[in-house]
Amino acid sequence: MAEALAAGTTTSVELTEAHFAQIEKVDVAVHAFLYLDKEGALEQARVSDAKRAEGEVPSSLAGVPLALKDVIVQKGIPTTCGSKMLEGWRPPYDATVVTKLKEAGIVILGKTNMDEFAMGSSTENSAYGPTHNPWDLTRIPGGSGGGSAAALAAFEAPLAIGTDTGGSIRQPAAVTGTVGVKPTYGGVSRYGLVAFSSSLDQAGPCARTVLDTALLHEVIAGYDRKDSTSINAPVPQVVKAAKKLDVKGLKIGVIKELQGDGFQTGVLNRFHEGLDELVQAGAEVVEVSCPTFDYALAAYYLIAPSECSSNLARFDSMRYGIRIGDDGVRSAEEVMNLTRHAGFGAEVKRRIILGTYALSSGYYDAYYGSAQKVRTLLIRDFNAAFAKADVLVSPTAPTTAFKIGENVDNPLAMYLNDIATIPVNMAGIGGMSLPCGLADEDGLPVGFQIMSPAMRDDLMYQVGGTLEAALLAKWGAPLLDNAPVLAAK
Amino acid sequence: MALNYDQAVARYDPTLGLEVHVELNTKSKMFCSCATEFGAAPNTQTCPVCLGMPGALPVVNAKAIESSILIGLALNCSIAPFSRFARKNYFYPDMPKNFQTSQYDEPICVNGYLDVEIETDEGTKIFRVEIERVHMEEDTGKSLHMGGATGRIHGAEYSLLDYNRAGIPLVEIVTKTVGGTGKYAPLVARAYVTELRDILRSLGVSDVKMEQGSMRCDVNLSLAAIGSGDLGTRSETKNVNSLRSVERAVIGEVIRQSNRLEADQRIVQETRHFLEETGQTRPGRSKEQAEDYRYFPEPDLTPVVPDAAWIEELRATLPERPSARRKRLQNEWSVPDKEMTSLVNAGLLDVVEETIALGAEPSRARSWWLGEVSRLANEKEVDPTTLISPIQVAEVIALIQSGELTDKLARQVIEGVIAGEGTPGEVIQKRGLKVVSDDGALMSAIEAAILAQPDTAERVRSGNIPAAGALIGAVMKATGGQADAAKVRELLLKHLGQN
Repeated sequence: MAEALAAGTTTSVELTEAHFAQIEKVDVAVHAFLYLDKEGALEQARVSDAKRAEGEVPSSLAGVPLALKDVIVQKGIPTTCGSKMLEGWRPPYDATVVTKLKEAGIVILGKTNMDEFAMGSSTENSAYGPTHNPWDLTRIPGGSGGGSAAALAAFEAPLAIGTDTGGSIRQPAAVTGTVGVKPTYGGVSRYGLVAFSSSLDQAGPCARTVLDTALLHEVIAGYDRKDSTSINAPVPQVVKAAKKLDVKGLKIGVIKELQGDGFQTGVLNRFHEGLDELVQAGAEVVEVSCPTFDYALAAYYLIAPSECSSNLARFDSMRYGIRIGDDGVRSAEEVMNLTRHAGFGAEVKRRIILGTYALSSGYYDAYYGSAQKVRTLLIRDFNAAFAKADVLVSPTAPTTAFKIGENVDNPLAMYLNDIATIPVNMAGIGGMSLPCGLADEDGLPVGFQIMSPAMRDDLMYQVGGTLEAALLAKWGAPLLDNAPVLAAK
Repeated sequence: MALNYDQAVARYDPTLGLEVHVELNTKSKMFCSCATEFGAAPNTQTCPVCLGMPGALPVVNAKAIESSILIGLALNCSIAPFSRFARKNYFYPDMPKNFQTSQYDEPICVNGYLDVEIETDEGTKIFRVEIERVHMEEDTGKSLHMGGATGRIHGAEYSLLDYNRAGIPLVEIVTKTVGGTGKYAPLVARAYVTELRDILRSLGVSDVKMEQGSMRCDVNLSLAAIGSGDLGTRSETKNVNSLRSVERAVIGEVIRQSNRLEADQRIVQETRHFLEETGQTRPGRSKEQAEDYRYFPEPDLTPVVPDAAWIEELRATLPERPSARRKRLQNEWSVPDKEMTSLVNAGLLDVVEETIALGAEPSRARSWWLGEVSRLANEKEVDPTTLISPIQVAEVIALIQSGELTDKLARQVIEGVIAGEGTPGEVIQKRGLKVVSDDGALMSAIEAAILAQPDTAERVRSGNIPAAGALIGAVMKATGGQADAAKVRELLLKHLGQN
């Protein structure tokens, strides 16, 4: 699209209108979007076209439309985080990511659906109803960023922004046959990303190809003095890496702990075929062991809820969002209680309670303290593994997309879906998921995960780009061509 | 029979602990760039960060770190090479995030001390108050309870929230337990807070105005029977908003606690509020069901790791300790104790020092600031240092010293400067206040006076010098007080054949 824009064969307004037409056609069934900013998007598109006519092209993605996960604030545009709590709230400021998108001339179509406050792996926890997987509308599109991934897979947007705390970019990418990247922690500013778990959250680029993802990555990444945890160093050259299409001499580490029990056969088959492609392209495969991974999930479910219990304390009805029970008689404390009772969904409450408990005096050392120790050990495991291999690989998720409703009453099964993605967040390194085929059992997309050391995001793009090219040559067409064409309702 | 203070301290040994909160005077807030000015319209100094908007993130104010390190150095603390912020979680409407970002188990400064001087029955004595920690945190907003009779939350119809104060940098200075003071506990407490206030003021890191709340003191106090070696249960008294109140709060708590102990009643560990009117305390919320603040390291901020060389640079900038400076100046200026105390209490030490440095005689500089300027400031109910500058006062004194102004004229000049009529020179010109020292003009006035009082003139001629006073007075009157009296005397005596 960027090429067509550059060649002058289309305009940003045309592209934007075409995407709104597709959204109108299919989103009744998919429900990827929570809010569409038609006026704003078309205005941005007009500005982009006018600038281009005057020779001003702020980035290679100028004029290309994008879907924004509803956990990132955009000035004046409703931001709900998939929660009733923030219904009707219009943020008074732009997230740094949004500022960068706007500066790059990217057209923001609207806000995408998600699990409430990014807590979930299926988008079923959205207060506004689930998103459906374009590959099979009875199935989940992954989560929490199911809306962004589904929008890509349903051709409602060519680019999307997600956020990834335990896999919320990569697992949805895996189950929708799209590409998603969680950059190194600190690589992309978190300013304006409504916090779930501050030490794990990271915004990242989503697209249908590795190169598109890399282009978007370079737009949103970089140091931001408004985010104290952002890294003050040059952004890794991921676009250049994505175009390299060469992995000769690179060592690919296969993580022993992420391929056994609980992984669907079809997922493992496609994963190993992907690995074979990399070997044929000249990479060397080594097996690495990360024994602490067995504890990663448990530690994650202490750290993330602990931080979330504190981050979500601000939703108290005093300054923004809904307010319940303010009858002039009840105290502020009672109104806070009623609002939080009504505003938060079950999963959010579950995690707030877990986190409150884990941080409480007398339990802190046993829970939060131990979880932080596990985190340190995980980082050591990764360091040891990266001493043997340039990148590490695994299937992104143990299974393909499950049925909507299948796991809603079983949080543990739901949590297990993130077993392969969580260690990356815990260690703060980079992770990518790209499609590596369809599972034999159900014909649904399988994700291939590539992990790279902190601030070496370029390596996963290099390997991902090479694998994508090899698979495309093998298949003759992009995987998404196999997805059913969604009919208009 | 209730114990009075003297009886109480004869039986019980008080142990003190003092927690002082200081608002730093940085231009911007602790974690955002909002202004910190006192008294702005409600909620005009706020932004997404200090309002706790979803998605907003804190960034530490480097100036606040510098101020905290300066405070630590001035209090003889070690500066931690690595310190962190934590979140103190609790719900309150005036706290935007429902957690306070504060340092907890890893404060920026630890293990210091401050020596304070007090007057005892055996003369001046020095007590060492040990400092446990100095840590940084952010202030909360303010709740205003409207419609009720008391302005308190109970009975109010509705509440308003002002977040201007939310996020203002605070430094909390916590002492270790201070024992061994015996009956001098109230004096030690007051001397410590006074000395601390003076040091903070000399560092220029805070306005330290207790009445405006930029410096707040919590007094912890416990009693144990003398000789028991125990530590009693402590109470924590808040709302102690003046130096005098610090002293009174200690006395009040010693009396209250000792009488409970005498009656075999338990001391409850609780927060109490100081009552300005009575000097007593009333219970606040009980700390028995201690709130669980669920502290954990603030994940949105990186650790504070100050460069060792920078710390040494800051150490080199530490000003002279105020108490030492006072002693030095008192010596240099040969000021009596009482006047020195007046100067210090009036907050005039800096301006007087500056005025003297500009060439004024110490005694004149002191008396003009403490006298005329302070009198006018009292009338206007303002701080004297805001009325007129040391440069202007020095200029006026220089004119007095050179004989160009009399004290009487100088008072008018100062009044004019304060009234906004311009610099001393401009006021003199506009009001025509120059001393008449022109010999011709004076001589005609002198001759007129001699003509009017021939008898007096004759007495002077015959050697009665003191009689000249009446003639000099007449000349001064005739010249509207603008004559240089010394000059008049000289000319008059010469004219009448004396000296």
